[in-house]
Amino acid sequence: MNDHWLVRPDTIRMIWISSIIVLGFTVLADFVVEHHPVFGIDGTFGFGAWFGFASCLLLVTGSKAIGAILKRRDTYYDD
Amino acid sequence: MMIDIVFPPGLILIVAGLLLPFVRDPYRTPLILVAPIIALLLVWLLPEGPVLTLQYLGYELVPLKVDALSRLFGTVFAIMAFAGGMFALKQARTLELASAFVYAGAALSVVFAGDLITVFIFWEVMAIASTLLIWSNGGGALAAGQRYAVIHLLGGVILMAGIAGEIATTNSIAFQAMEADTWPRWLILAGFLINAGAPPLAAWLPDAYPESSWSGMVFLSAFTTKTAVFVLLRGFPGAEILIYIGLYMVFYGIVYAILENDMRRILAYSIVNQVGFMVTGIGIGTEMALNGAAAHAFAHILYKALLLMSAGSVLYQTGKRKCTDLGGLFRTMPRTALCGIIGALSISAFPLTSGFISKSMISQGAADENMMIVWMLLAAASAGVFLHAGIKFPWFVFFQKDSGMRPSEPPRSMLLAMYILSIFCIGLGIFPGLLYALLPYPVDYVPYTGSHVVFQLQLLLFSGLAFFLLLNLLTRTLTITLDFDWFYRAFGRKLALEFDNFSIKAWSTLIASGYRAVEKFIATIYRHYGPNGILARTWPTGNMAFWTTALLAAYLLIYFL
Repeated sequence: MNDHWLVRPDTIRMIWISSIIVLGFTVLADFVVEHHPVFGIDGTFGFGAWFGFASCLLLVTGSKAIGAILKRRDTYYDD
Repeated sequence: MMIDIVFPPGLILIVAGLLLPFVRDPYRTPLILVAPIIALLLVWLLPEGPVLTLQYLGYELVPLKVDALSRLFGTVFAIMAFAGGMFALKQARTLELASAFVYAGAALSVVFAGDLITVFIFWEVMAIASTLLIWSNGGGALAAGQRYAVIHLLGGVILMAGIAGEIATTNSIAFQAMEADTWPRWLILAGFLINAGAPPLAAWLPDAYPESSWSGMVFLSAFTTKTAVFVLLRGFPGAEILIYIGLYMVFYGIVYAILENDMRRILAYSIVNQVGFMVTGIGIGTEMALNGAAAHAFAHILYKALLLMSAGSVLYQTGKRKCTDLGGLFRTMPRTALCGIIGALSISAFPLTSGFISKSMISQGAADENMMIVWMLLAAASAGVFLHAGIKFPWFVFFQKDSGMRPSEPPRSMLLAMYILSIFCIGLGIFPGLLYALLPYPVDYVPYTGSHVVFQLQLLLFSGLAFFLLLNLLTRTLTITLDFDWFYRAFGRKLALEFDNFSIKAWSTLIASGYRAVEKFIATIYRHYGPNGILARTWPTGNMAFWTTALLAAYLLIYFL
């Protein structure tokens, strides 16, 4: 393996493991930090985490749906 | 003791731009770097209030009117001209930097304009200079620049009509906060919004900007849309319709950027997305939200320029723009990658970056007004920003697959410009008070609370998780996504071609029938007068005798009757 250390499978596995630990800690931080919810829903446990994840899921699938209709080859306007 | 010097800061940049074509090294570099610094000094030496007036066409113009808002935008425009100029030092095309400086100077003049006529004049100078800036890249930029110019001239005409109507109805040319309650004011609002990249005409931005040169787009990203944000802040704070327009822009930018393959078009869509946050803040209209919109404009100019410098460096070194061609460049361009990542973290509003301390004020403005839906949409959009710009740009350009390319870092002047903007992005994130002190209203807001930081980290990191889990859905393809510009680029063109065919047919039919008429006429003449024509025959003498007899007989007959 003479490729850059950052792209070796071992490193990538380490990055995944440490990232998941960090993700866990940010959610656990909700036990420590006092939130001041304004609307109610923003006071649910791990709100930022689940809301962020769900938003991205919705945005990506929604974009794909729009793309299915509006996507064209990138030479579309050239001819 | 400070002395007040009254000289229009925009004029310095315009003059510098007009001089640039005639200045050669070793004087060119100092001119490019010193003119913005002088402009910045002038911004800060100007006293508050209307400081310059002049008579024109019977109106009293106020070309220089200074307050906190104009100073805020003036400051960031001057910084931007400096950093952009430094980045573009290697740009060989004289026209580009010359028009970039005139463009920057015109933007700087708009933010100090105290009346609508001055706004309009420099609005148009910006349109012309930015079109030249795009055109200076040649090739595909010519057609895109033409489409860009048409949209901006249309916007200018709408703005002019609005201003003329406003003067006719109110008899005042003052540029101040207005209610959108008359037709002329709606027209002014529409003219402003076209430059902001608002629907339905937003496509001019991702169409034209990425066609400019590697250095040109850095300037373009800073001035046109942010001048539009400034005039909206000045002219229409609290206009409710701006909330909905802004939210549309926010999600339009995200969806199109997710589907896009060209790295600079990704960043162009993300300009619309970020301006959407500002427009929403202006629509909310409280002091908190307006401060947030102004602060976000300031922060955005710097981190978006940084992102585009990073993309511009990649383009300069590799000549490639498409994600499908790029990847793995972190190996040989680690500094460019790092600067790109700092810009990407800032646009995503990561804690300790400038985006975090500015964008959150807009959300806070929505929360204070109990606008739950708006707040939720802004939060979802913040997650979406990390998705489409925060990770997508650095991932596909610098990591992803190994494209096999091993380009070196860009020249030192380009790296230096990126370092300066990186320092701004992180510096403002660590010391938000520096930016808050410049805002138009007093700031009563603390960005770094435990609750806010934890919420933001959760939001962004789980968006990151979603990105990597959904990576298969995000694979780049050689595609573009149709937008409103389809109407004038494809449909309109087809219509024109169809009309062309039709008119050619009509014309040839007309000509053919004309020919036929002439031929028929000639044939008739020929039949009567030709060699065998009845009127060309030689008549026998008997004929003559017969007709004379007949005539005399008829005469006799009539005589006796």
